[in-house]
Amino acid sequence: MESGTLRFKSNGFPLDAVDMGILEALQTDARQTYMSIGKQLGIAHSTVYDRIKRMEQYGIIKKYTAIIDAEKVGKGKIMAVMTVFTDPKESERVAEKLCEAPQVLEVYSSLSEELQIIAKVVAESQESLHDFIANSVAPLHGVLRIRTSMVTKKFKEIPLSILNDPEG
Amino acid sequence: MTAEQNKILRTVPREKAFYFFTSIGNYTGVSAISLKEFMEKINVVDVKSLEFHLLRRDFEKWISEVLQDNELAAEFRKLQEANLTGYPLRNRLYVAVSKRLKNLNSA
Repeated sequence: MESGTLRFKSNGFPLDAVDMGILEALQTDARQTYMSIGKQLGIAHSTVYDRIKRMEQYGIIKKYTAIIDAEKVGKGKIMAVMTVFTDPKESERVAEKLCEAPQVLEVYSSLSEELQIIAKVVAESQESLHDFIANSVAPLHGVLRIRTSMVTKKFKEIPLSILNDPEG
Repeated sequence: MTAEQNKILRTVPREKAFYFFTSIGNYTGVSAISLKEFMEKINVVDVKSLEFHLLRRDFEKWISEVLQDNELAAEFRKLQEANLTGYPLRNRLYVAVSKRLKNLNSA
């Protein structure tokens, strides 16, 4: 792979084809060695090390984490998508509060006809899901109403990856 | 008015309010922070919400644990056993709370 022939935008930090190759390799398996990544890309392991450190410093690589099967560890038997309709003045604060809750895995805001906060929530049971929403979400200032859909079957779930960028 | 009556008629903090849901996780946007407001909201909230909470005994629980009115909680328990739905349910709930409010205010 030729270094520097391709440039990718990343908010001011220039990524070349080598960086992208390293990111792809890490997304496939973040535990592989610099040597292994270097071999795949035809570059020295020291180059891999330098590039990774640089991308960590610039926040391109945010962290290394494990993808856990919640069912196998006996957590999150119930998964739900919660849409919280909010007063626009309070929505940021409501979203921040939701982010603090361990039951909430993901939080997004969306503007259609009304400002909505969409969150993915897990709970041990329907009862604990309801308790969480009734006691911790409904009372938040600025919450106008809440719609919750229980997930009954998962067809696909993958982390956002540069490997399967729909834009190509 | 006794301290107990004052306690039942007080306005509770927002986190102790009653929040009306129509099903698990589906909040109507209607809430009540006092017995008086609870009575008013019984008349306006979706009747599905009244059916949902009565079946789960949520009204009984809130009235007894938050407002600490065991007399009204017992009245709600009887209504739960009556298996009412729709307008008759709304009407019976409203009557039960308004009667209780009248008694508390006139005592």
